[in-house]
Amino acid sequence: MNTAHSNPMMRIVLTGLTWLVGLLFALPLVVMVLVSIQPPGQASAGGADLVPRFDQEVMRGGEAAGPSNVVESTAASYRAVWTNPIADFPLALHNSVVVAVLGVIGMTVSSTIVAYGFSRMRWPGRDGWFLVLLVTLMVPPAVLNAPQYVVFKQLGLIGTLAPLWLPAWMGGAFSIFLLRQFFLTIPRELDEAARMDGASHLRVLLGVIVPLSGPAIITVALLQFVSLWNDFQGPLLFLTHQDQATLSLTLQQYHQQHGGTPWNHVMAASVLIVAPVLALYVAARRFFTEGVAAQTLRE
Amino acid sequence: MKQGRLQVGKRAGKTAGSTARNVATARAAAGGMLWISPWLAGLLLLFVIPAGYALWFSLCDYSLLSRPVYVGLENYRELLGDERVWRSGINSAVYAVASVIGATGLSLAIAVLLDMGLKGSGVVRAIVFAPTLVPVVSACVVWGWLFNQQFGLINTVIRLVTGMSPLEGPDWIGSARLAMPSLIVMSLWTIGSSLMIASAALRDVPRSLYEAASIDGMGALRRLWHVTIPMISPALLFNALMSVVWSLQVFAQPQIMTKGGPGDSTITYSMSVYAAGFVYGRMGYACALAWVQALVIFAVAGCVLLAARRFVYYRAA
Repeated sequence: MNTAHSNPMMRIVLTGLTWLVGLLFALPLVVMVLVSIQPPGQASAGGADLVPRFDQEVMRGGEAAGPSNVVESTAASYRAVWTNPIADFPLALHNSVVVAVLGVIGMTVSSTIVAYGFSRMRWPGRDGWFLVLLVTLMVPPAVLNAPQYVVFKQLGLIGTLAPLWLPAWMGGAFSIFLLRQFFLTIPRELDEAARMDGASHLRVLLGVIVPLSGPAIITVALLQFVSLWNDFQGPLLFLTHQDQATLSLTLQQYHQQHGGTPWNHVMAASVLIVAPVLALYVAARRFFTEGVAAQTLRE
Repeated sequence: MKQGRLQVGKRAGKTAGSTARNVATARAAAGGMLWISPWLAGLLLLFVIPAGYALWFSLCDYSLLSRPVYVGLENYRELLGDERVWRSGINSAVYAVASVIGATGLSLAIAVLLDMGLKGSGVVRAIVFAPTLVPVVSACVVWGWLFNQQFGLINTVIRLVTGMSPLEGPDWIGSARLAMPSLIVMSLWTIGSSLMIASAALRDVPRSLYEAASIDGMGALRRLWHVTIPMISPALLFNALMSVVWSLQVFAQPQIMTKGGPGDSTITYSMSVYAAGFVYGRMGYACALAWVQALVIFAVAGCVLLAARRFVYYRAA
């Protein structure tokens, strides 16, 4: 479309439109942060004016001894969220971290091993099984939730965090696919030379393939982290005890159990949960977008 | 795919004749299976057994507390006459159709805009992708505030523009008429993946085609319709397909934002499955509902693929 903007006027309009799109998509996140740092008086009054006001009257929120500056009032809100008596965020953070760490390790280790079997080894039936793997990618995940609950229950896993992280140890079809595609781009001569020298497959995997596959492994780890960290349906269905709740589940309870929660507190809780994910995105954008590009299953 | 290598393996197995070779083949297969065994275990535990269970339970009265009791097709008969299930199915269909058209169209429009090489395109593309990484609960919290009737940003802006008095304005997620459209609008916030896929496809369109079209006197819009869209139609099909499969399963957004209300106006099919299995503890009924959902999703995806054969243009490899 390289001629659409040959007209300078048109070019300015389109550039403006581009920035408007960016602004609209960023707006909900900006709103989240802005409302979270609104002083208590403004937030409880509705806070129709989005930009936090820090004049004395609003700051004190009717109380005589309210916080007196931005940093203080923001810190007070975030502290109030962290120590609130209704939703245990420190415990939820602990649970989310346990699930994410175990899940990410499991997903990267298992998927790497399976992808090696699918790409660097020759054995009869391999391509047939790989086709099965591609088919499982098409299965809508939600429809298996109810019977999966029964399986987890029979394995005695309901009542623990295992239903959230254990499946990752069995690899994920998409992660395996992504790693396999990457492994196929590594020259065969490298591992064949190592095999000639008598190296086992495990040594080839650890000594040749893994060191060359950093970007793909990082992509798999990041995507898995985000999907576990953000998951709402899994915790809702498979967790039974309040003290296992993850951050997403806890935020939902905090948001809903009392409609009277000040908006600035709910938003502060939201910001705390979004922040790690967006920080990873800013630091490693390339890996996320490459992961998406791989979805199109280009062969 | 590495077809060639497989062929070699097969031929070796057939012409072998000697048992030593067959043993070697079997050993190779066992070795391969060992390497993919984590995934095979997952296939069994998370797909095959649950799918089999679902089929069996769907023919049973099963409350999780007692043993399943075979009731034949009773669950399926019940769901056909279950008004709330129909309501949720229709809601899911409406949501799916609107959000698929909206998401595919909007991601195409933004992709075309960002493909013009204007200043800031890269940053804007990164921004549009970001919401896909936001936890769904956080997204619901902030959109709940945006849609808030009293002090949400959307109504504040509407009041500024129209001069409406404070407290007036539409109740976006609190009214039966507007709740579903509001959820659909919210779904457009997370089109980042579709945008990335459409953008990647646009980058692959040969510039010479545009030049040729310009020389032939085509305007920008006709170039878009006759050159761009046909050239990236496989990517658009992929986006539409993913979008249809996901939106027919939508659960978290309506569950968190509206709980299906007001008055069942936003209850979705996945919420019916959840309610049956996890709220009322009727696993058999939930499994019947889930099987129907799976079949409908496969059928719809198949129809989209069939219909697309007429419209999608695949470049010769």
